[in-house]
Amino acid sequence: MKPFSYARPADVAEAVRTVATEPGAVFLGGGTNLVDHLKLGVARPELVVDVRRLTSRAVVDLEDGGLRIGAAVTNAELAADRRVRERYPVLAQALLSGATGQLRNMATTGGNPLQRTRCVYFQDVTTACNKREPGSGCTAVGGSTRNHAILGTPGVLPDPTAAETCIATHPSDMAVALAALDALVHVQGPAGERLVPFPELHRLPDDDPSRDTVLEHGELITAIDLPPLAAGARSAYRKVRDRASYAFALVSVAAVVPGDGEIRLALGGVAHKPWRARRAEEILRGAPLTEHAVRGAMEAELTAAQPQPGVDGGNGFKIPLVQRTVVATVRDLALEA
Amino acid sequence: MPELLDPRAIGTDLARRDGAAKVCGTATYAFETPVERPAFAHIVQATVPLGRITAVDTSAVDALDGVLAVLTAGNAERLAWTDDRELAVLQDDEVAFRGQPVGVVIAETSELARQAADLLRFTYDEREHDSELTVDHPGLYKPDKVNAGFPTDTAEGDVAGAMATAHATVEQTYATAMYHNNPLEPHATTALWDAEAEVPLTLWDSTQGVHPARSTVAKIFGLERERIRVVCPYVGGGFGSKGTPHANLVLAAMAARALPGRPVRLALTRQQMFFLAGYRTPTIQRMQVAADRTGRLQAIAIDVVEQTSRIKEFAEQTGVPTRMMYASPSRRTTHRVAALDVPVPSWMRAPGECPGMFGPEVALDELAEALEMDPVELRIRNEPEKDPESGKPWSSRNLVACLREGAERFGWADRPPAGHRDGDWLVGTGVASSVYPTYRQASSTATVRFEAGRYAVEIGAADLGTGAWTVLPQIAADALDVPVDDVEVRIGDTRYPRASVAGGSSGTNTWGSAIVVAAGAFRDKFGGDPADGDEVSGDVDQAERDSDHAAYAFGAQFTEVRVHADTGELRVPRLYGVFAAGRIVNPRTARSQLIGGMTMGLSMALHENSVWDPRVGQVVNHDLAEYHISVNADVADVQAHWIDEHDPWVNVMGSKGIGEIGITGTAAAVVNAVHRATGIRVRDLPVTLDKVLAGLP
Ligand SMILES: Cc1cc2nc3c(=O)[nH]c(=O)nc-3n(C[C@H](O)[C@H](O)[C@H](O)COP(=O)(O)OP(=O)(O)OC[C@H]3O[C@@H](n4cnc5c(N)ncnc54)[C@H](O)[C@@H]3O)c2cc1C
Repeated sequence: MKPFSYARPADVAEAVRTVATEPGAVFLGGGTNLVDHLKLGVARPELVVDVRRLTSRAVVDLEDGGLRIGAAVTNAELAADRRVRERYPVLAQALLSGATGQLRNMATTGGNPLQRTRCVYFQDVTTACNKREPGSGCTAVGGSTRNHAILGTPGVLPDPTAAETCIATHPSDMAVALAALDALVHVQGPAGERLVPFPELHRLPDDDPSRDTVLEHGELITAIDLPPLAAGARSAYRKVRDRASYAFALVSVAAVVPGDGEIRLALGGVAHKPWRARRAEEILRGAPLTEHAVRGAMEAELTAAQPQPGVDGGNGFKIPLVQRTVVATVRDLALEA
Repeated sequence: MPELLDPRAIGTDLARRDGAAKVCGTATYAFETPVERPAFAHIVQATVPLGRITAVDTSAVDALDGVLAVLTAGNAERLAWTDDRELAVLQDDEVAFRGQPVGVVIAETSELARQAADLLRFTYDEREHDSELTVDHPGLYKPDKVNAGFPTDTAEGDVAGAMATAHATVEQTYATAMYHNNPLEPHATTALWDAEAEVPLTLWDSTQGVHPARSTVAKIFGLERERIRVVCPYVGGGFGSKGTPHANLVLAAMAARALPGRPVRLALTRQQMFFLAGYRTPTIQRMQVAADRTGRLQAIAIDVVEQTSRIKEFAEQTGVPTRMMYASPSRRTTHRVAALDVPVPSWMRAPGECPGMFGPEVALDELAEALEMDPVELRIRNEPEKDPESGKPWSSRNLVACLREGAERFGWADRPPAGHRDGDWLVGTGVASSVYPTYRQASSTATVRFEAGRYAVEIGAADLGTGAWTVLPQIAADALDVPVDDVEVRIGDTRYPRASVAGGSSGTNTWGSAIVVAAGAFRDKFGGDPADGDEVSGDVDQAERDSDHAAYAFGAQFTEVRVHADTGELRVPRLYGVFAAGRIVNPRTARSQLIGGMTMGLSMALHENSVWDPRVGQVVNHDLAEYHISVNADVADVQAHWIDEHDPWVNVMGSKGIGEIGITGTAAAVVNAVHRATGIRVRDLPVTLDKVLAGLP
């Protein structure tokens, strides 16, 4: 644990300016992830800038029928919002499947998608990790990989010493739902506001596993918009884990059927980011959503999957598991109709 | 045969005497003991799995204000006794396992101590380490004996012959994982050294035994026992990991001695508990069972492979329950141990019986399947008339009654067929037996004193949340023949008479027996109308002790497991246990113990698994977000029942231990139920969804 300063600026502009000009500064939301990292030495900031009271804590209706969620809205509040439950069940279900009541009361809309991987080596400063310490190598490859990625993994695998090596997964449930909903992220930076489509917020490890998202240092999430869904649209979130609650997903699926012959599928627990199954979506476009069709589409999606061996048995099981889970989720959605 | 106490308070549902203080937060635990100006210590751990420290750089720490001391092998005091290398901390430059203490920092605040610990720089000369247990590890050896003093190997009859000729046989290998006790309250101490005082060293420590802890500390520091006081009114769980002192207690005492007059607080972090507080060894169990056409066992054998630390032998007695559980003319048990560069294993709830009732109880299920026989019936058929190992009669043995009553309560006869499907779920049911020996420790003394119209009973016992604060007054009340409200029991302090460790489910048996002796002596000496201050002591060694019978508690566990047909997720709607554990002194606290044990057994079945990374040489899932224990949502209905058992031999309360039996057999019952649901036999724990995917439709 390293001492740090704490600041609570007057407004968003000041907060953004403060963090943007101080390389060692970080934003603090509910603190449920960052504070753990401060204790473990995973995060070693000089300055912690509390933004919890600066952004909106309201969910407001947009003219187009969508919703705007302020970055300070807690996960608990959002999951309980009647409009979210009725119009975006995938999101309410994802939120409620995450963490615990106590954590959801603290966790924020801005902080949740930016929580960091639960890779055990990332969280242990005595082991090498490219995400925590760029260039130090990756202890996860060939180690405990049960919770790790099978999709979008870097080409350098399995070299543990390469700076690009990283098989971490993004742990958020909420983010998987937001990716399937094609949400839009309002980002405030030193140069002004920009909108980032949610599926493009997170990145693959590529050449720099230390970067989880496309956000630049000092960019603040102020709100997230949910685009409108047609009246007949259906959606669901299915999370699979060993323990029935208080566990991160082994795999998860957010499925949205907007009602125009399309299906949107986002997968959790399988990649460095919430994984939009674009290939499967493409195959299924306009097709009847039979079990057979969905299974075939997922097979195509997963041809590139790279199972990881590991000291804990590895994560090859995620390939059949995610396929089965998608098939079941879409089947149950169809039954609902 | 001892004359049983006439139970009046015994058997009643007395609420916990310490309950209100605990739920109001006024019960003080070791770390929060109110003291003046406490300093805070933080342990620094080795970051290599094997090697030697070649340099220590403290310069970054020297610059920090508020750091009071940094102790390393270079400047720490030399200890008087260093034979136990787990406890011989900071005595040399050797690193025997990753995470071993290499220093301790003491500072004005805990944050500062932790910061300073991060800033210390150790340079190591690292050597290649060996930390992976395998069934054919070249270093496997036969220990002289296994824990609790049992012989390492036993053999009778001709197992190989029976395996070759019997009607049905099973030969399989089973594995249990590495487990960490993880009590909610971490290992913690507040320590004070005041050389001028009559009792210079005071340790407020979270321990399962104040007197045993004091003896160990006395030996290590070369102090007379009388010069040390250990205090522990409350414990937030121990599950064996606080049964013997670990390095943290020695470091806390060292830290206090380095800062005379200043109380020092030291607590392990959750992560540190995965290196320094003991754990249950992983086990590999090769089972052989053979039976005739009628299901009578012809042979049962278990060959156990497990690990210990290279610096200290701890040989879990995994094969021991196989020696006595069922009747079989041919039996064999062996233990082989690999000494690895790993942290030191230690006691964990039902050592021996917990892992040792996994392989055999699954193998019996496999045998029942081969015989096409009801697994309840198979167990009943192999009921031994007397202890197969010692040849002694049982003090009481009601396994069959537990199996029958459990089957009745569970609705076993009407259980669904194998592979039954209910909506999205595959449904299976399973059964296994439970067992735990009835132990009584050799020494414990209680004092009874008449004080202001009430009876004070003093004994240095420990209540780890089990109920000693409540149960001991019940025993004392009946022994003194007074209402329980007239009795005050004082425990958890070496100022009270010497008491044994709360371990081996022996506490109530041992301390209760001592109290009954003291109460009898008190009445003999002072009659029914004592004067204020009248006092007498009694020792457990004056209590009648039977050695002609084999004494065990028994039980049977039944479970319904549902496996999701799409995803393989496992949920447990029902887990029922029926136990025969002598007279139940307090049904409320007993039920908690039994349900707690069963829950821990369920956790072992479905979740618990300290993931060892042999490349790094440590447990990598070292916190409670990653090391999963079962939660309420995993299980719906957990019930513990007991049959009315009156054991005339064990002690005058007629009681056997109940703290550990609940965890034994549970995991096997779950595995057996998963097999019935899916057709998949999982032989290595935990049973996670990936292992059953292949059996799903
Ligand atoms: C034991 C445990 C179990 C959990 N289980 C689950 C689970 O099952 N599923 C799940 O999805 N999550 C789970 N979580 C994680 C939890 O959901 C996250 O910790 C939480 O959502 C993070 O939100 P926060 O507001 O507390 O973020 P913080 O901890 O405050 O911040 C997280 C990160 O986001 C940054 N940040 C915060 N706000 C902003 C902003 N407005 N703009 C830009 N950057 C910002 C911070 O700098 C930090 O890097 C679990 C957490 C714990 C501790």
